[in-house]
Amino acid sequence: MTALARAGFESTLTPNLTLVLVVVGLVAVGTALALDRSLVRVLLGMVLIGNGVAVLYLVVSGRAGRAPFVGEDPATMSDPLPQAMVLTAIVISLATIGFLLALSYRLWQISGTDDVPDDAEDARIQRLARDDETSETYDRSEESTTTSDERAEAGESRG
Amino acid sequence: MAQLLLLHLLAAALAPWLAKSLRTKAFPLLALVPATAFVWLLVVATEVRDGNLPTQQIPWVPGLELDLDFRLTTLSWVVALLVTGVGALVLLYCTWYFHDDDPTLWRFTSVFTAFAGAMLGLVLTDNFLMLYVFWELTTVLSYLLIGHNPGSSTNRRAAMQALLVTTFGGLAMLVGIIAIGVHHTYSISGLLADPPPLDAVTVAAVVLLLVGALSKSALVPFHFWLPGAMAAPTPVSAYLHAAAMVKAGIYLVALLAPIFSGAPAWHALTLGLGLLTMVVGGWRALRQHDIKLLLAYGTVSQLGFIVAIAGLGTKTAALAALALVLAHGLFKSTLFLVVGVVDHATGTRDLRRLSGLGRRMLPVSVPAAFAGLSMAGVIPMAGFVSKESALESLWEEAQEAAPFPSVYGYVALAAVVVGSALTVAYTCRFLWGAFATKPGVPPTPITVPHPGFVLSSLLLGVGCLALGLLAPLESPWLMPYAVTLPTGSTPEPLALWHGVTVPLLLSVVSLGVGVALFVQREAFARAQSRVPALVDGERGFARTLRAVDRGAVETTAVTQRGSLPIYLASILLVFVALPGMAAVTQGRLPEVRLWDNPAQAVVGALMIAAAVLVLVTRRRLTAVMLVGATGYGVAMLFVLHGAPDLAITQMLVETVSLVVFVLALRRMPTKFTRHPHSPSRTWRLGLGAAVGAAVGVIALVASGGRTTTPVSVDFPTEAYTFGHGKNIVNVTLVDIRAWDTLGEVSVLVAAATGIASLIFVRTRNTRLSRATAKALPSSNAARGTWLLGGRTMRKEKRSVIFEVVTRLVFHIMLATSLYLLFAGHNQPGGGFAGGLVAGLALVVRYLAGGRYELDEAAPFDAGLLVGLGLLVAVGSALAPLAFGGTILETTAVDVTLWPWGEVHLVTSIFFDIGVYLIVVGMMLDIVRSLGTGIDRQIAEEQQSEQESEREDEPDELQREVARP
Repeated sequence: MTALARAGFESTLTPNLTLVLVVVGLVAVGTALALDRSLVRVLLGMVLIGNGVAVLYLVVSGRAGRAPFVGEDPATMSDPLPQAMVLTAIVISLATIGFLLALSYRLWQISGTDDVPDDAEDARIQRLARDDETSETYDRSEESTTTSDERAEAGESRG
Repeated sequence: MAQLLLLHLLAAALAPWLAKSLRTKAFPLLALVPATAFVWLLVVATEVRDGNLPTQQIPWVPGLELDLDFRLTTLSWVVALLVTGVGALVLLYCTWYFHDDDPTLWRFTSVFTAFAGAMLGLVLTDNFLMLYVFWELTTVLSYLLIGHNPGSSTNRRAAMQALLVTTFGGLAMLVGIIAIGVHHTYSISGLLADPPPLDAVTVAAVVLLLVGALSKSALVPFHFWLPGAMAAPTPVSAYLHAAAMVKAGIYLVALLAPIFSGAPAWHALTLGLGLLTMVVGGWRALRQHDIKLLLAYGTVSQLGFIVAIAGLGTKTAALAALALVLAHGLFKSTLFLVVGVVDHATGTRDLRRLSGLGRRMLPVSVPAAFAGLSMAGVIPMAGFVSKESALESLWEEAQEAAPFPSVYGYVALAAVVVGSALTVAYTCRFLWGAFATKPGVPPTPITVPHPGFVLSSLLLGVGCLALGLLAPLESPWLMPYAVTLPTGSTPEPLALWHGVTVPLLLSVVSLGVGVALFVQREAFARAQSRVPALVDGERGFARTLRAVDRGAVETTAVTQRGSLPIYLASILLVFVALPGMAAVTQGRLPEVRLWDNPAQAVVGALMIAAAVLVLVTRRRLTAVMLVGATGYGVAMLFVLHGAPDLAITQMLVETVSLVVFVLALRRMPTKFTRHPHSPSRTWRLGLGAAVGAAVGVIALVASGGRTTTPVSVDFPTEAYTFGHGKNIVNVTLVDIRAWDTLGEVSVLVAAATGIASLIFVRTRNTRLSRATAKALPSSNAARGTWLLGGRTMRKEKRSVIFEVVTRLVFHIMLATSLYLLFAGHNQPGGGFAGGLVAGLALVVRYLAGGRYELDEAAPFDAGLLVGLGLLVAVGSALAPLAFGGTILETTAVDVTLWPWGEVHLVTSIFFDIGVYLIVVGMMLDIVRSLGTGIDRQIAEEQQSEQESEREDEPDELQREVARP
């Protein structure tokens, strides 16, 4: 164990075409699903994209090799760093699935469907814009803060 | 000097308590604070005069040149005297202005004292950035003071108007400060000692600084906020809008004049706008009926006058400007305080209803007369002396044609004469309006004011006279500032009598015209009403606000379509268009190899096939299964790549998510909503293909672009030497990149909390209900049952084989999970994998025995587990600090533990235990929410359905259990 050599990770990569094609396939299908209205399909799309990205990490980690344990021959070891990154990502994807499922369930419970509706608030702002209106928080009071001048000639005292 | 500011800060912090216990008696106590500063200013007066300027330097953020540097120059001494002196008197005055039962006293006292401190800091600081900080402090505090009565809409709008206008100016000023600071220095004394050359950047910066000064001092076109701010209580008007805050702009102009008065546009902005403001303010003052508003417009007019003189840039003008600042501060605060007394005594400020006060309120009308004469510039008042010297400085300019052509000097003189005439006229209007006995108006009934109430105005009013009589003594104290100006010769000292000079003649002319205007006031008012309002800043302000709001609405309407797919598509389009196209056009494709192992191609083909089928299917569960298939495919690819940890974790996560999907989807429709022939389908597929292709090209180009060896080449050595572990991936997680892991487990905590709150909506407390607590009275049923919770399930849902298997494997799974956790440092496993296995064991218990069985297996709250996990992880991250290590440092300890003997303990295991607990907690949260939570909702709905039929059995559980 005394003579730990530096691991033999390539300083130039020749990407694995098969894995790249898997990435393309998963991400393409995942994106198409993620653009759907149904929240469950959006979630499935996200999972597919997540799987695709996990494979993408394999592409950039270089050649396949032996499992990265001390004691293996460093020359034929696979790169451990991308693996550590992907590991937490996998667990987080489980949390994401749980969260989005809870969200879909809640949406279904409230509206009877898991289709994401357009935002009503935004639609209202578009109506305001079409009617050349100001926003509702705008203080449209035209009254002068100084009940004073020429315009308020007839006005009475502020007391 | 920092001590004085600290004193103000302390007083402001204590003021709420003082006001609560002493009520209005707190004011005299607080008045001692500015009074202390005033006394200190008097003590150091000779030092300032002789040029031994008191300085103090406290480094704060040296990297930004943002330091607490203070320096008392003659200019800051003069303004500080005014700020502290008037501040103390106004606080004293407040004692009688406010009532003991005023519920807002605690806030007012605190904000007012803090304002006095900020104002003092503003004039004392020698650092431009600190000046900006104090400047904006006064803005914010004055916003609070103007909006003292937030119940009234006028007050709110006036406060907002003042805030927006002065903050706008303040921000412009900040840009100017930074432009100068970056190129030269933030030190004011540094700039004075070494004025920067007037290049384009500096000139632009000076203009921006002046915008700040003009907005603060309410010059045209920003003048409208000051009359609006009269909504504030009168002491606030007397202090902020006469003596202190509005002087900040003048202070800045006077501060910059020795450095930048040669800049182009300087005189147009100071002298030009100043004199325009003087005339506009005087003109509008004559139109007012509210005596407080009359004073407000008068203040606008006077501020314009002072800015014009302070900006002139000659030595004579500099002396005159300081004299004007002092004189104006005295007479205007006197008059405001008088208005407050009159308002309290009569209940009105309308000069058409006030009558016969002069003789009945002598303690008020006498100081008012002094101050009025000073305002009109009548000998022997301070106002006369200062106006005289101002006229003198303009006359001198016109004679010597420096620093600008004499024709402008004559125009300026004419403007000042007109402005002074108007000043005389509105002074008469004020004194007549407030105190005269008017024919046809009955004498206004009064309540006699408390002697203390009139004390402050009396002192200030006498000050107006004293300062005029003592004028010759004043000059030596002001002269050190005047001589810092670049143009002109050393000025004559201030004096009441210079002989018959042109300025004196001009003074007499303006007095005469002013009195004539007052006498002929009705005719003049008719003439005025025929002139349209040319300068209406307020309307412009309102229009600007409306335009901003409309712009916001239009922009929001265009960019916020409210559709999730559209938002996502815009992000993706940008991704394809920018990085994607860049990779396609600029990138160089590297050599590729087909595969590491032909098995990759087989697995990959199956994954792509499964993915494409997801697009086709309309059944939810089928889609979930197909996505799961791609997940297992990923696990296979991990195995083929040489990543056993990833493979284990991926397998576990995939299994758990299948269960979770089934749990959550069981109540939803079995099929997706059909959107037949939707045109959007085509573009969705197209965009998906484009994004996929972009990712592919980027993956090729980026991995082909690697030029250096990865950082991880040393990980094997480091993992063993520093991390004391053989599983490099696990050591990376708990040691080398442990900060990352800490962040990621926090995400898990947040997600777990989110899931629980979405299902339980109101409370996370999930009412643990263990199966033992729900046991039947006859305990026979318990005998021969493999899982206690099984008894609570409907017969048709139970599976004896499942229960038996669960009983057998549950503890084995838990043992495995612990093994993975502890062995993970050297072999495949770790906190994540271990936690997932333990969670899976809980899922199995739930599936076999229902929700009561789950509570039996995990009789604690999931949130507790998650929180405990985070505590352990953070605690173990911090623990090395206690032993002199660094955060997240790993140590190996060898201990002898009976009966195992020598044990090699690596401290990062505690971090991993934290991770383990968080993962178990998250899994428990998911099962509790999507499993138990939905179960309960189903049960409640069924119960409410059945309750309408059978009302005698309220407990749904009993009903379920009662079935044989």
